[in-house]
Amino acid sequence: MLEVTGLKKVYQAPGRSVEALRDLTFRVDAAELVCVVGPSGCGKTTLLRCVAGLLPATAGTVRVSGEPVKGPPPSMAVVFQEYGRSLFPWMTVWQNVELPLQEKKVPREERRRRVAESLEAVGLAEAASAHPWQLSGGMQQRVAIARAAAYEPKVLLMDEPFAAVDAQTRADLEDLILRLWRDLEVTTLFVTHDIDEAVYLGQRVIVLSSSPTVVMEDLKIDLPPQRDQLTTRSLPRFAELRGHVYAQIQRARGVREAGPAEQEAR
Amino acid sequence: MLLVLGWWAVSASGGTFYLPTPGEVAATFAETWFSQRLLDDVLPSLARLLAGYVLATLLGVGLGVPIGLSPRLRATAEPVLEFFRAIPPPILVPLVMLLAGIDNAMKVLVIVSGCVWPILLNTVEGVRALDEVLSDTCRMYGVRGLSRLRRFTLRGASPQIMAGLRQALSIGIILMVISEMFASSSGLGFTIVLFQRQFQIAEMWSGIVLLGLLGFALSVLFRWLERRVLSWYYGRGGERA
Repeated sequence: MLEVTGLKKVYQAPGRSVEALRDLTFRVDAAELVCVVGPSGCGKTTLLRCVAGLLPATAGTVRVSGEPVKGPPPSMAVVFQEYGRSLFPWMTVWQNVELPLQEKKVPREERRRRVAESLEAVGLAEAASAHPWQLSGGMQQRVAIARAAAYEPKVLLMDEPFAAVDAQTRADLEDLILRLWRDLEVTTLFVTHDIDEAVYLGQRVIVLSSSPTVVMEDLKIDLPPQRDQLTTRSLPRFAELRGHVYAQIQRARGVREAGPAEQEAR
Repeated sequence: MLLVLGWWAVSASGGTFYLPTPGEVAATFAETWFSQRLLDDVLPSLARLLAGYVLATLLGVGLGVPIGLSPRLRATAEPVLEFFRAIPPPILVPLVMLLAGIDNAMKVLVIVSGCVWPILLNTVEGVRALDEVLSDTCRMYGVRGLSRLRRFTLRGASPQIMAGLRQALSIGIILMVISEMFASSSGLGFTIVLFQRQFQIAEMWSGIVLLGLLGFALSVLFRWLERRVLSWYYGRGGERA
């Protein structure tokens, strides 16, 4: 479904170049939920922006259903980390969710149905006429999730969506994502810096090295498919996997200290 | 109130010819302005102000959006714009008279030439500072073309555009009066100068009061409009997160 092959991104600035991504190859199968974790500053957001077609890659390809990504594909939706900046403050919650559907020329009746359903699904049916800035951070991120869900994408990208909300809200939102992912059967790439979150949500976890970034490990998460905050997180296997990813990331940090991340331009 | 009382005290005690009492001015005000003059002088003035202001808005926003969106265009245009902005607009009156004659077109042009700069520069600034995450959101969800302009670019820049419009309004009123003082046969500026030359001092003062009231009314109107357009902006505290 989503194939990333030999992805490389070098930021060019006068006098020097920074290699953010060196060589990334992985795939996400249809209706799979894959998490990407890596040490901070490893280019997770760069990866996501390249996959989304928001940023041109220096080398390598991203394919969605076999089609190479050149710009943002119409079958893709993104939930950004900065919920406060990804919703239009001059529109109501309803209008925010509806806007992409209007642009997609979805007929009015169906548009109404989809907006209402997705707001219902994230538990915000009551807040439809509010403006985003009248809501709490967690609720704003729910609106962004509802907008992505109503769009009915084939591929859903999430860029550390819960990095800026408190722990309890975060647990709720994680379960919301699992539920939506199951209901919509949408191929999901979830980028996070939180190891627990990655292991809890993912069917697979891709561990990135520090910059210049390569894939360190593509780890299958062999936990029961039905996840639950309390029971899943207290499984011995959860602790093992978590410990394993943690060790990998520590190793990645060590690698960074050994080798320079930035290279002087020739 | 204190101001009026002070005025009254000075004018009543001193009683100079050039400073009539508020009572005299108020009486003259009614008979001077609630007459044919309303149609002959006040309305043409306001119509020219409106025409100039609307033209300046179209021009300022129309040019400001592309300049704000393109870094290259901005680098070229900005020094030139800052230069033009630094020229005091009244000084353009003689020049525009030479180029466009002394009719309505001249006066409207003078108003446009003064009003356009704050609108243009504020629009450039507002468009330049549009949120990148929102811009990415538009791209991801296929919001492009006119729809992007209307729902994202102009709305996102509207706090700055409105600030520019507010500055332009006061400049416009000043230029409306000045353009009429130079070569004119109607208008508020013309009439006030005429009264002064004919030593109709109370009438002259009443014209100044009328201008003050007009300016005040327009700014109240503008503030009402601003509150409506920018309710989302004030609602979130006027600050961008």
